[in-house]
This record gives sequence, C-alpha cells and structure tokens, in this order.
Amino acid sequence: MHFSAVLVLILILSSVGYQAGRRRSLSAVGGRLGARNLHSLPGYYGLLVALWCAIPAVVLLTGWHIAGDRIVVASVLADLPADVRGRTAAEQGLMLNDVRNVLAGNVSEADASGPVRAAATEWRRLDRLSQISGTVVALCVGMLGAALAWRRINPELRARNSVESIVEVLLIGCAGVAILTTIGIIISVLYEAIHFFRLVPITEFLFGTKWSPQMAIRADQVGSSGAFGAVPLFTGTLLIAVIAMAVSVPIGLFSAIYLAEYADRRFRAIVKPLLEILAGIPTVVYGFFAALTVGPLLSSVGQTFGLTVSSESALSAGLVMGVMIIPFVSSLSDDMITSVPQSLRDGAYALGATRSETIRNVVLPAALPGIVGGVLLAASRAIGETMIVVMAAGLSAKLTANPFEAVTTVTVQIVTLLVGDSEFDSPKTLAAFALGLVLFVVTLALNVVALRVVRKYREQYE
Amino acid sequence: MSTSVATPNEAVRAAGSRGGVSVSAAADQSLPGGFIDTTTVGQVTVADPVMGARKVNVHYGAKHAIKDVSIDVARNAVIAFIGPSGCGKSTFLRCLNRMNDTIEGAKVEGLITLDGQDIYDKRQDVVQLRARVGMVFQKPNPFPKSIYENVAYGPRIHGLAATKADLDEVVQTSLQKAGLWEEVKDRLDHPGTGLSGGQQQRLCIARAIAVDPEVILMDEPCSALDPIATAKIEDLIDELRQNYAIVIVTHNMQQAARVSQRTAYFHLGDLIEVGATEQVFTNPRHKLTEDYITGRFG
Repeated sequence: MHFSAVLVLILILSSVGYQAGRRRSLSAVGGRLGARNLHSLPGYYGLLVALWCAIPAVVLLTGWHIAGDRIVVASVLADLPADVRGRTAAEQGLMLNDVRNVLAGNVSEADASGPVRAAATEWRRLDRLSQISGTVVALCVGMLGAALAWRRINPELRARNSVESIVEVLLIGCAGVAILTTIGIIISVLYEAIHFFRLVPITEFLFGTKWSPQMAIRADQVGSSGAFGAVPLFTGTLLIAVIAMAVSVPIGLFSAIYLAEYADRRFRAIVKPLLEILAGIPTVVYGFFAALTVGPLLSSVGQTFGLTVSSESALSAGLVMGVMIIPFVSSLSDDMITSVPQSLRDGAYALGATRSETIRNVVLPAALPGIVGGVLLAASRAIGETMIVVMAAGLSAKLTANPFEAVTTVTVQIVTLLVGDSEFDSPKTLAAFALGLVLFVVTLALNVVALRVVRKYREQYE
Repeated sequence: MSTSVATPNEAVRAAGSRGGVSVSAAADQSLPGGFIDTTTVGQVTVADPVMGARKVNVHYGAKHAIKDVSIDVARNAVIAFIGPSGCGKSTFLRCLNRMNDTIEGAKVEGLITLDGQDIYDKRQDVVQLRARVGMVFQKPNPFPKSIYENVAYGPRIHGLAATKADLDEVVQTSLQKAGLWEEVKDRLDHPGTGLSGGQQQRLCIARAIAVDPEVILMDEPCSALDPIATAKIEDLIDELRQNYAIVIVTHNMQQAARVSQRTAYFHLGDLIEVGATEQVFTNPRHKLTEDYITGRFG
C-alpha cells in the first residue's frame, strides 16, 4: 500500500480515537451535564487519544520506510551472482541502477540481462512484503497507542496538560527543522569549501588579485591554467553594493522621514504600499530593466559627456539594485521613526524647536539605531543579490574602482561556475562553494549586527 | 467681593457681567428645567496679567472641548487648573503655548494674549512663543541625549549662548534652579534617560527654564512620580514662582492647595470657578466646585 494511503488510514484511525476518547470522558462523569467534573474539556481527552494514536504510528511508518529500503537493497545485493558481488562499489551501484530502471519501467524487462531481471523480481517481492508489513505494524501500533490512552481516561486525568506538552514538543520539532536545515547547508558548503582550499591555498583565494577559473581539461591546452584570486570579485561586489546603498539610503531615509513626519494620513495610506510594491517586483524584472534600459541609457548619456560607459556597468547594476532596496530602508526606517514616542516630539516643540529641528535633533537620533539596523539589512540584501548583477554587471573580473566599467560579483561567479555540466572534483566547481561560504559569512555577520542593533533599540522605550 | 446671598437669576446676571464680580458661597446654580448655570464665577481677572484668555473655544472635530473660557494668569504666581478627567483643563493649557497646533482637527477660537499680544495672530511666530511659554509634561520626557545636552538644547536652537562658557553657565544655573545640580554635576555626560523618574522630571523643568521663559505650563507634572519626588517638585514650583508665572494642571487637590495661589475649576469644558486657592477650597461659590472638592464626583 502506498505511503500516503497509509497516512490517510492513520488519520481516520486517530479521528475515530478522538471521538472514542471524548465519549469515554463524558460517560465517565455521566454525560454532558457532568462535564464540569472533568479536569479538562472533553475535547482534550479526545485529542489525547488521537495524538497517542497518530504520533507513534507515523513515526514508526516513516522509520520503517527508511530502514526497509536499505534492507531491501542490501538483500538484493546479497542475492546477486557471486561474480557481481566481487566487483567494486561503483560497479555494484551501476548494476543497482539497472535494476531500478527495470522496476520503474524505463527499460523493458525483456532487454535486461538475466541477473538484473532476477534481481528486479526479487526486489519487487521484498518491497511489497516490506510495505504490507509496515502498514500492518503501523496501524497496530496506532491502535495500541489509542487503546492505552483510552484506558487511562478518567475524570482526574490531566488531559489538557498532556496535550499541551505534546503540542509543545511538535512546535519544537518544527523550529528544529528550520535550524537543522541551516546547519545542513552550512556543513555542506563548509565541506566543499575545505575541499577547495586543499587544492587552492586559502591565502591565494582571499588575497589573490587574478580571477580566471577556467581549468585546462587536457594537458596540452594553453592559457587555461586557472587562477583563483577572489579580490576582484570582492571589490566588484563592494562597488555595486556601495552604489546601491548610495541610492537607497538617502532616498529611502528621506522618503521615510516625509511619510512619517510630514505626510498626512491619506497620502501616507496610499504612498506607503506603493513604495513597498518595489520590494515585490521580481529581481529578474529589475535585471532586464537594468540590462536593456538603464545600461544603454547610461552608455549613451556618458557618450554625450565624453565618458566611456560600457553598456554593462557597475553603475547601471548598482543604480537599479539601489531602487530595489529602497523599500527595505524606507519601511524599516519609517517603523522606527513612528515608534519614537510623541512625548519626545512634544518636548522639543515645547522648547520652541521647529519641525525640522525636532526631526534632526530629537527624532532621528532616537531612531538612529533602528535605522542603522535597516540599512545593514539592506546592505546584506545588496551583497547577496544575484539576478540584477548577472544580467547587468558583466562577467569580467577586473580589479577596478571605476563604476563605468563592467565588473563581476561573487554571486555572478557562483552562477557561472555552476551553470552547465561540470565535474565536482575540479577547483573550478569547488570555488563556487568557497565563494558561497564567504558570502554566507559576510551576510550572516551583517544580519547578526543589524538584529542586535535593532533589538538594543527596542529595549529603550519599553 | 460681595457677600450677599444672590438668587439664581442674580447670580447669572452678576457672573455674566464678568470682571472680578463674585457671588455668594456655594449658591445653588440650578436653572429651571434641571440645567445648571455654568457661567464662570469668581475672580477672572488680575492686575497686570502676563497671559490673558477671553472667550476661548476649542473644537476637536465635532467635539466642543473648551467653551467660552476667560481667565488671566498673574505674574510670579502659581495658578492651578483642577477638575474631573476630560474636563478640558489640559486642552486649555495646551492652547497657551499653541501645542494644539500639532493635533490634527483642533480648532482654537477666541483671544489669548501674552503681554498684551495675541498669540494666535498670523504674525506670531510659534517658535518664539514657545520659547517664552515653556512646558513640562505629565510623563518625564528627556531626550535620549546626555544630561548636559538635554538642558543645552533649547539655548542652542534659540542661539541664546554665544560661547561654550556661556552655555555651560546657562546649563549650570538652570540645573541649579531646578534643584538637580548637586545630584548630576559629576555626570553631565551621562544619558538623561538614566536618571530616576523624579530626577528626569526636574531635568525637564531645567530644560524648560534654560530658555528663560516668562510662563511655565505644567501638565500634571507629578502624576508619574512617587511621593518623595512629588514633594521635591512641589518645593521647586514654590521657588520658581519668584521668577516665573506657573500654570499647573493637577488631579491632586491637595497638591493644588499646597502649591497654588489661585485655582480654576473646569467642568466638561466650562470654566466654573476661579479664585484665590484658599477661598476655592474652603468656601467654593459654585455648587459644582463644592461637589468636586468635597469628593462627590471626579
């Protein structure tokens, strides 16, 4: 029977358990009128039975599936002819793939070799056996759990407390999934990056100024020796991020000040959501806007002033990225400015301060930590942004501070290194993980600092 | 002041004529049909007032918050505004330095003068007005700056101190006048928000007197403070009276009796009675005032 079908069965079983538990709790106190003599509401007794039914059954079923697959594979391998068993693990893996293909119907059974056909038949038999036994055992465990919980029901049983502690454990589990995923990502990136640093020294990666990741595939190829100095990527990223911040911080901050302090309520109600739409535009749309509209425009404007602006430039990518992150700055700054207590503004007004003096000397300093937090979050967004720079910033890893030239960023290089067919043991591919690690560390540091700053600010007025 | 017993109609006529006219002790101001006459009784005017209000009306949108209030503020004296919650005493206080300007939908009518000049005149700069009529709020609201900067802020924005030494001088005398100097002189660079509630409120008073105002408005300045801090502020108010006119709104009738020379009783937007504090508390002329001070409502 299929996994999801068994899940539905368990669900039905546990809802039956719910009804049974509820009814038993009520009958223990002589019907609905006696419900006040129960420790908990009748529904909690039902829930307790349902949870005792569903949780052990689902856990067992999942475990059975994971373990069952392995046991099946192992016993299929053990049944293979002696000459196959003697081969290397890679060859055995190929053989298993053949068997899987036969099972999935990708290869017709008639085309397969004798041992493969035999193995497929065996596999199918074992798999069915495992599924049927798994279903039976899971349902039995579910019923057993429900029965145990059902028997324990009496008016003194603290069903609510038990249910709530079970729910708490489930919530912890959900939070744990998110944390474990993050840890998993960190470990995998770290693992591959360490691989890379075995091939290329970390000092060369961090301080080298030449980036040319193409490796010679054959010994007689020329000009593709591979150089992994990431400094041009860091400077390119920094250049674009600085341009983006130079656009977004003043515009975002000033629009936040206008919206929070000057605009009347109706205007604010219309403009604030409009501004936040900017954050909802897909970055790929910003990307082709930068590549097809802003880039050529800057290039032709540059020509009229006698400047050489390449059509893929740090400037066009940075400008468009700056527009994209305006809402990050403005929205957070706006929240921070409006959360400055009115009493501080009143204090300044009562001393005869004008509105702009009040904003400059009282409101902004009070909101500053929060605003800095918003700006740092926007900066980490700018550094990690990929689509706009892929489309508009170019690919050449030049070490330059000239915003009119094409530069490349860490994210762009990760994309280009991993696009297409690539082997996972060459430094070219592994370099992507090292770059990813650097990016991760930098944005994580920025986020941590930003969150700390914001939190510190929050404590001030509560 | 007259001491004759007036009939209700006489009381209406007498109070209607305004200007220092008074009526007898706690006369019954009920009018035919169950209405109560809310025309102000008592001593509305004083000689040489620093501020004066005539027929002031305030509307918040549809709400008529202040109705035809006329009252004078005397120099070098404390006047207390008392009355039940929502009676308009704070609203009226905020009219005196135009803090209601910052509230959307507030409309002030009538005449309010400072040294004879209309403060709602178009030519009146609200910034200068507020430098002359300072304000202390219900909750201490020091800026998130150092103690020094809190006090120096007003003189700075008004350009009152030419040199750093001048500014130091202003800060020191203001803190001394506010009775805070001894407690903070060694930590002027510490944040003002780190002081205790009572110290913060005295810091706010120092901040207000640093710009050398003529009038200081205090909106329930002790309602967020403990009794000891309250006693200090009350002593301070009594000292400040030597140099400033003080208008204080308070919920605490004992406080009004302790610190003020004149008392005004507000009721649902009407100014019911004004007079010497002792008289208002011991011998109220209006039924509503009497009911309030004897604790029948409020």
